[in-house]
Amino acid sequence: MTPTKERTIAPPVRGGVGTSARRQDSVPKVKGEFAYSSDLWAEGMLWGATVRSPHPRAAIRSLDITDALTVSGVHAVLTHEDVPGRKLFGMEIVDQPVLAWDEIRYEGEPVALVAADHPENARRAADRLRVDYEELPPLVDPERAVEPDAPQLHASGNLIRHARIRCGDPAVTADVVIEGTYETAMQDQAFLGPESGLAVPAEDGGIDLYVATQWLHVDLEQLAASLGLPQDKVRITLAGVGGAFGAREDLSMQIHCCMLALYTGRPVKMMYSREESFFGHVHRHPARMHYEHGATREGELVYVKARIVLDGGAYASSSTAVCANATAFACGPYEVPNVQVDALAVYTNNPPCGAMRGFGAVQACFAYESQMDKLADALGMDPVELRMKNAMSTGSAMPTGQIVEGPAPVAELLRRVKEMSLPPAGHDAPLDLRSLPGGVSNTTHGEGIRRGVGYAIGFKNIAFSEGSDDFATARVRLFAAGGEPQVEVHSAAAEVGQGVGVVQIQVARTELGVERVTLLPADTTVGSAGSSSASRQTWMTGGAVKSACEAVRARLLERAAGELGGSPSDFSMEGGKIVSQTNGIEVSIADLLGRDSIEETREYRHRKTYPMDPETGQGDAHVAFAFAAHRAIVDVDTELGLVRVVELATAQDVGKAINPLSVEGQIEGGSAQGLGLALMEEIQVSNGRIRNPSFTDYLIPTVLDMPPMKIDVLELGDPEAPYGVKGVGEAPTISSTPAVIAALRDATGRALERAPVRPEDVVGLTEREVR
Amino acid sequence: MHLQLTVNGNPREVDGAWEGESLLYVLRERLGLPGSKNACEQGECGSCSVYLDGVLVCSCLVLAAQAAGRDVVTVEGLAENGELHPIQKDFVEAGAVQCGFCTPGLIVATHELLARNPRPTDPEIREALAGNLCRCTGYEKILDAVRAAAVRNSRA
Repeated sequence: MTPTKERTIAPPVRGGVGTSARRQDSVPKVKGEFAYSSDLWAEGMLWGATVRSPHPRAAIRSLDITDALTVSGVHAVLTHEDVPGRKLFGMEIVDQPVLAWDEIRYEGEPVALVAADHPENARRAADRLRVDYEELPPLVDPERAVEPDAPQLHASGNLIRHARIRCGDPAVTADVVIEGTYETAMQDQAFLGPESGLAVPAEDGGIDLYVATQWLHVDLEQLAASLGLPQDKVRITLAGVGGAFGAREDLSMQIHCCMLALYTGRPVKMMYSREESFFGHVHRHPARMHYEHGATREGELVYVKARIVLDGGAYASSSTAVCANATAFACGPYEVPNVQVDALAVYTNNPPCGAMRGFGAVQACFAYESQMDKLADALGMDPVELRMKNAMSTGSAMPTGQIVEGPAPVAELLRRVKEMSLPPAGHDAPLDLRSLPGGVSNTTHGEGIRRGVGYAIGFKNIAFSEGSDDFATARVRLFAAGGEPQVEVHSAAAEVGQGVGVVQIQVARTELGVERVTLLPADTTVGSAGSSSASRQTWMTGGAVKSACEAVRARLLERAAGELGGSPSDFSMEGGKIVSQTNGIEVSIADLLGRDSIEETREYRHRKTYPMDPETGQGDAHVAFAFAAHRAIVDVDTELGLVRVVELATAQDVGKAINPLSVEGQIEGGSAQGLGLALMEEIQVSNGRIRNPSFTDYLIPTVLDMPPMKIDVLELGDPEAPYGVKGVGEAPTISSTPAVIAALRDATGRALERAPVRPEDVVGLTEREVR
Repeated sequence: MHLQLTVNGNPREVDGAWEGESLLYVLRERLGLPGSKNACEQGECGSCSVYLDGVLVCSCLVLAAQAAGRDVVTVEGLAENGELHPIQKDFVEAGAVQCGFCTPGLIVATHELLARNPRPTDPEIREALAGNLCRCTGYEKILDAVRAAAVRNSRA
């Protein structure tokens, strides 16, 4: 060790917090070398397949696997009798059979499993499984499901949750009253990487699973229970994840793949096709929402009454939390003194619904923002002015009684999107079909085209709410190699595309002043990181990495004090060196550490939250809130109902942009999913059956559907959060849907009370239809 | 079934394939080239885009048998001597990669676009890439990447 006295000014570390540092996974991804869960391969590997019910509701009379076993190359055919442990699973409510045994509750419910030497042989064997079903009439209307004489789909009844808000005077009256009934459709997350993974049986009788998921440890708990294994015999490593958006919170093929591997003693790969994927994960809850708003003539909100019915489908999934969000955010980011909300999540025989980006808040935002436009119209007020007049701000009380403590720039975000420049009206000469609704289909040369402008704002909770013990774990190790300090970061945070990997690297660089940071693969050998959902990972795992780095730094400074004399507070870390603030003596980290390393593991928890009161909804249920506003500009062919979104503009408070390029990417991608729900995305379910399980028939926005975006990112800094961060991912998905539909109303004058808006709605063929 | 084909300039042989296997399946599962992706396997998403005798195709829609004796170039064949192709660099620098599942297909499709139209306008880029679905990015950063490649071409 050679302390020196020459002081140098250390440059800030490159690629730290606040820079658009390059993602650690981007080079392997552009080369095609990044190993996604569907890319895995092992010597002697078998292929698994799932046999699914063709009926939405049925009783299973008998199951016969004899024929299936005769198919060449088949190694196993498993049914519910082969589930080694708990026969049910579920993230919050354990209500879903690993494999159905008596009752089928949705179309596509897994009934049996096959392992074979080739995927085609597995499919053939699946076709040969004989199941004798007694078809039953499916219960598909969520309103009907809560009537007392409805057939009960679960022993607990059909009601998953009824959340309420009772705030203020229920009998209050107002000068102006408007009502509306709104619907949002069942949306699919449509991640591109299908459900897939590889299970490898281990010599100790346990299992190693490589899988794409959002939360390794909640998978682990459910896997161990259903496999009948102690938790230390189940080891899960995150494989490359091809998008998630909520659809990977629940288990899909995890238990099945492990069952087949343990039974056959061979590695087993499972990979859903796109069609199977539509049956293999939960979707966004369709919602039916009746609203009544009362306001003064001056436009001050007096009351909101809402009844929201969420179709949870066959199993609970995260319905309880979705219901809580629809309730808590039912009125929007506005100050409303008198509120009555009833939100119900119910079981039906429709496809199970659960988490999708912005859950609960997305549905409610479409309804309350549609109501705000309707109210503005009734009052003869500008819709943005009405919103700004009622905007909540820091210190406002939610209808749940919770005081909004962090930044709540509702009026500011609206002002910013309103003041952004407008794209030029009309079209360039010569006429370019590509700039018109219908595009190169040559459906118009400008006749019948009307332009519309619409605004919306939304908000949602960040991280887990209602008293959940929400934490994230990170392990950080500092060591020297080749005379240079290096850092290793290990957490179980699922990188699902959002960029939490590079966020952890950036945090470690900034906290330890070391540029060379390696992120280890996420797995279950380190503590839980919680889920990559609820816009929580940058705050939570970012917070855990920061805490672990602080602990490492403290030990390093203690060591410096021990070696060089003085107290740890005399020293600081600058540019890979430890510098004494008292005498200027400095020593490199590499010299100080020698061959030793310093390692610390920390758990990060956000402040405590509390359940909403079941009768009144009162309670401090949330940690913090994210806000975003959108302005949409559309051109509509009013004769054919075709739409071209000309531009989307948005303003969002992200607290602090850890990686500005990633933040923009989240905002753009989230806005696109909201645009999709506004214009095209709907899983069409008819009598319990999905009619469009393919990318041919379930449309997501292409590059032709997405307009250019204007983005204004505010960094107001939440005092509760590490670096002031707020989650980014969900807010843009919430307000883009109502903004686009508001613009369609502006262009057409039609009510458009259902998302997505279809061409027949735009031209008015469905206006009198009661749906 | 026995097959011979050229992949990324190298002669390759496949033994024991089932006649119903797609070119995508053979690339991914038999030739160790999983870079071409399996997002829909029905020709809707473009994630499996490859060149077949110089023509951009969805490899999920081509039977492996149809590729016998022909020349296939995949995303793994675009980098030269371990150096990223400039288009790959553009995707990295522009932030066009999130989950990345669409990325290989988009890079091959962009490579094909720029080979026949080195300086495409925005509407031309959008038309050319309309067959490649991305669920993460909203396409803005992908457009930035392709624009950057086009600008580089106009300087060249």
